[in-house]
Amino acid sequence: MIEMKNVSKWYGDFHVLNNCSTVVEKGEVVVVCGPSGSGKSTLIKCVNGLEPFQEGTVTFDGISVGESKTNLTKLRSRIGMVFQNFELFPHISVIKNIRLAQEKVLGRSEEEAKKRGMELLERVGLAEQALKYPGQLSGGQQQRVAIARGLAMDPDAMLFDEPTSALDPEMINEVLDVMVELAQEGMTMMVVTHEMGFAKKVANRVIFMDEGRIEEDCSKDAFFGDTRGERAQLFLSKILNH
Amino acid sequence: MLENFDFQVVIDAIPFLWEGLKLTFLLTFLAIAGGLILGVLLALARLSHIKPLSFLAASYVNFFRSMPLILVIFWFYFLVPYIVGRPVGGFYSVLVAFTLFEAAYYCEIMRAGIQSVRKGQAQAGQALGLTYKQNMQYVVLPQAFRNMTPILLTQAVILFQDTSLVYVVGLHDFLVNAEIIASRDNRLIELFSTVAVVYFVLCLSFSLSIRTLQRKFSV
Repeated sequence: MIEMKNVSKWYGDFHVLNNCSTVVEKGEVVVVCGPSGSGKSTLIKCVNGLEPFQEGTVTFDGISVGESKTNLTKLRSRIGMVFQNFELFPHISVIKNIRLAQEKVLGRSEEEAKKRGMELLERVGLAEQALKYPGQLSGGQQQRVAIARGLAMDPDAMLFDEPTSALDPEMINEVLDVMVELAQEGMTMMVVTHEMGFAKKVANRVIFMDEGRIEEDCSKDAFFGDTRGERAQLFLSKILNH
Repeated sequence: MLENFDFQVVIDAIPFLWEGLKLTFLLTFLAIAGGLILGVLLALARLSHIKPLSFLAASYVNFFRSMPLILVIFWFYFLVPYIVGRPVGGFYSVLVAFTLFEAAYYCEIMRAGIQSVRKGQAQAGQALGLTYKQNMQYVVLPQAFRNMTPILLTQAVILFQDTSLVYVVGLHDFLVNAEIIASRDNRLIELFSTVAVVYFVLCLSFSLSIRTLQRKFSV
């Protein structure tokens, strides 16, 4: 479903992505991890074209992301994305956050959009918060709304960019639970995270990045077994030991 | 001290002064509306990745910000009829001058406003599949306006005061009408004091309400 071939990207002289290739099949859950600054976020933002890249190709469901003739807005509406800082729109209510793109992009009626929105809020356990503004919710609640907002577009895949990094520890699980459920339902997911518990539970594959390169791209079992390389060993020992 | 102050002159002048004040209000309102719309478009152009577009917008802003307002008013008074090919009257030429002049300032305010919205907000809109226009309309600009409301309103107060400059092209605004009566009745102190009090009260109460707004928004 998602195919990246020899993707390279530079910020000036800085090589952010160095010849990255990987494939994510439909229904697969792939966790992307690695030290900060290794290019994880940039990598998944190439999938929906939020980050342009200079070399290589990225295709989603056969559609080339980098090509200028591709209708990027249409493609993006098929790929949900959840951000580290939630990025809910603070000036409109929770339900309007979820309705906006359904109505403006998918052309659903207000009623339809509201119905779908309420279903999803119900699902993430926040139906009673529908009329509140994002600023009135806790971080964990905001991130669950953000997931609902992405799902409301009935996307073919979901991208998660460190969805729990900005959360207080006690709120991490409420967000991870929603994500685990989603993974178990067969959603195609690319997840940048340091939550190795999540990776162990639902990931099919783990990608380990360092300095813009994909250093490991293997099954979960291989990654958490002992076949992984030295850098990944070092990284894992650092994040699992505290 | 006030025994020579003739309040009756002022009271008799109220209908005529009100006529002038209406013009002042109308001009202020239309120039704000026009300046704001043009200013937002200029701000979007200035922030555009299309180099010639942002260069043109920047040049526009720098040009008008380097000109005294009174010169712009004079200039358009002669220029607009020249372009249109027939006399358009003082009001329209002045309205054009104010709108174009204010747009330069509103552009800079809105540019700062747009930049004050976190980059992730626009990314979130993009990721949902919103077009550039939708993203601006529903996500970025409402937040930019909200962040900039106090400064936009302060600029409106300045514009309200600046409209008194229309006397140079012979329009009968509040100040000009006061002056007409002042000269006619030879009651300069009474009329100009009245004008000062009215400007002061209107601007102060507007500024105070801005401060209340500011406090509300800063929560």
